[in-house]
Amino acid sequence: MKILRFIKECFKIVIRGNKWYYLWIAFLLGLMAWGGLAYWQQLKQGLIVTNMRDPVSWAFYIGNFTFLVGVAAAAIMLVIPAYIYNWKPIKEVVLFGELLAVSAVIMCMLFVLVDVGNPLRLWHMLPLLGRLNFPSSLLAWDFFVLGIYFILNISIVLYLLYTLFWKKETSKKILLPLILLSIPMAISIHSVTAFLYNGLAARPYWNTALLAPKFLASAFCSGPAVLLILFQVLKKATRFEIKDEAIWKIAELMAYAMFLNLFFFFSEVFKEVYSDTQHIVHFRYLFQGIGENRDIVFYGWLSVIISVIAFLLFLIPATRKNVITLNIGAILIYFGVFIEKGIALLTPGFTPDVLGQVYIYRPSMTEVRVAAAIFSTGFLIFTLLTKVAVAIIFEGFNIDSLKKGGYEHEKNIIGSQ
Amino acid sequence: MKTEKKNQPGETFTRREFLKTAAIASTAAVLAGCGSMMPKEEFLQKHFKTLTKPELDEVIQRLEAGYAKKFGKKFTVSAAEPIAGTEFAYALDISRCIGCRRCVYGCVEENNQSRDPQVHWIQVLEMEEDKGVDFMHSNLYYNHEEAPADERFYLPVACQQCKNPPCVKTCPVKATWQEPDGIVVVDYNWCIGCRCCMAACPYGARHFNWGEPKIPAESINSNTHYLGNRPRCKSVVEKCTFCIQRVREGRYPKCVEVCPVGARKFGNLLDPDSEIRYILRNKRVLVLKEDLNTQPKFFYFFAT
Repeated sequence: MKILRFIKECFKIVIRGNKWYYLWIAFLLGLMAWGGLAYWQQLKQGLIVTNMRDPVSWAFYIGNFTFLVGVAAAAIMLVIPAYIYNWKPIKEVVLFGELLAVSAVIMCMLFVLVDVGNPLRLWHMLPLLGRLNFPSSLLAWDFFVLGIYFILNISIVLYLLYTLFWKKETSKKILLPLILLSIPMAISIHSVTAFLYNGLAARPYWNTALLAPKFLASAFCSGPAVLLILFQVLKKATRFEIKDEAIWKIAELMAYAMFLNLFFFFSEVFKEVYSDTQHIVHFRYLFQGIGENRDIVFYGWLSVIISVIAFLLFLIPATRKNVITLNIGAILIYFGVFIEKGIALLTPGFTPDVLGQVYIYRPSMTEVRVAAAIFSTGFLIFTLLTKVAVAIIFEGFNIDSLKKGGYEHEKNIIGSQ
Repeated sequence: MKTEKKNQPGETFTRREFLKTAAIASTAAVLAGCGSMMPKEEFLQKHFKTLTKPELDEVIQRLEAGYAKKFGKKFTVSAAEPIAGTEFAYALDISRCIGCRRCVYGCVEENNQSRDPQVHWIQVLEMEEDKGVDFMHSNLYYNHEEAPADERFYLPVACQQCKNPPCVKTCPVKATWQEPDGIVVVDYNWCIGCRCCMAACPYGARHFNWGEPKIPAESINSNTHYLGNRPRCKSVVEKCTFCIQRVREGRYPKCVEVCPVGARKFGNLLDPDSEIRYILRNKRVLVLKEDLNTQPKFFYFFAT
């Protein structure tokens, strides 16, 4: 069987590597075990081991989920400029975008899984077997679009790698529609996730029509930030030939996206501050604190400040084209959006709660551990997929080289990232 | 001796079989959070609305046996249907309420809410007279020697039994719905614990069992309804059902009965001669967060 052979050879690639590669894998596996044990405790004792309670009933898990949906979506949206500007290694840009999307979607699904109190009852969501509340429930929609998005991306990735390995022609007829379909799907997973919050009239902090546009804008910053760094690493470590212009172009596009994101943010702040209704209390909690409770204020400002700095770094051509400031900018954007989605989106929406009561939420150790395990799982999947992809695309790993007396295992720098 | 030996893993079990059994057993241990019910039957149980009559009887028998074993007491789990021609509504006289919280604890006992961690379906908010009904200046955790305090008034909030319930809309698995008599109920055996409904509720009326609910056996109420006060397991959402186990038998909800000042009124909205309709006709009535179009069937009024 050709598929079995493919899997077997990929497995061989994945288990080979240098000292740093093994260390990295061991580190990820360690974190997974550490967090996995915490999840086992959570399963046994219930979500009481988290610090979520009735007033703040979604928090760190769902915040991370939201952030990663953005990463997953934007990784694909990078395909659009890749086509428009005709970047030379278009296949590679698409492929690595897909790899990131696949890993991010898996993390998304895991974050929803750990947030659900009765994971064994998730079959209730399956069509026919269960009673999916479609189209009324937005979580049902999210389940639907995330599932399709995952299947779509994993198919593209595996198809590409499989055909390259067997030295077959990739069929444009199969591939192009799938890639084109993945673009609107990317937009829809993030919009649907925004609508999940947006549709709740009970929560004025989210009940703003700007939420979905803001999600898309910020996602267009965080997803490419990861790829920006990855592309530079690949360029150094492999035969990946991406022009500097393409990298600068990505950074420039990110600057525009970040401008939109900041513009939407200031529009919201203006509306809340000037109209000064009761609803401003959530913004006040985020940026001033309520009474003694000022925990979150630091993160509220941090997210805005580092987003503005990153915006400026990417806007000014000199800093955009400088390797150091470019990478500082990418890291700042990534964390700026992470704080915005993971911390500044969820908790302030719930604080004060619908009856005006304040419960101060901080993630518990269990939540941190479980989140660490999920991120490690995602990184592990991304590492393994990237290793196979790099071997196939840049190191001549395919059926021919294997027949010719074995694939030369060249220096494998990607494993040490 | 022989039968005992047969069950030893090293003897007749292969390693794979042993691991499989161990995995199933440990999964079952997690599943079995719901008292002593059979995990497999519980796992495969259908949605309340899709159970046939014989299936429902079987489920109820299983539940009753499980509860009886857990609490050492005979249990009845009713599945009484709505009374034709009823739509229940509630009215609360703000000018009478003294903030004593007897309704809160009456409700806890009647409806088998967890004592540890504490779950309260009714939340009494203390408000300042000069600010009026203003949640942002309210206090849920007031703790005076005596209530009512000077210059304060009280606003108990529980499920508003909305005609247009946002919680029902958001549930991804239809585990919560509105019954023909207007009561919004939860199938505790179908809820996946995603808490969408809690985010959607503008009244904080939905409560999650973050941990395994604990209720001392001597204070359990064994007269229960499937969609109401039967004991819950961890990780499911619960809420006020207007005491479905009582009102479908023609009795008042517990909170109406225990209120020492008669601030709580309950009745059939479809009956023009009911007390509820009298209040709607003759008193100054308000509903909470009217602009959200939830259309509560829980009215607040000023009788004096």
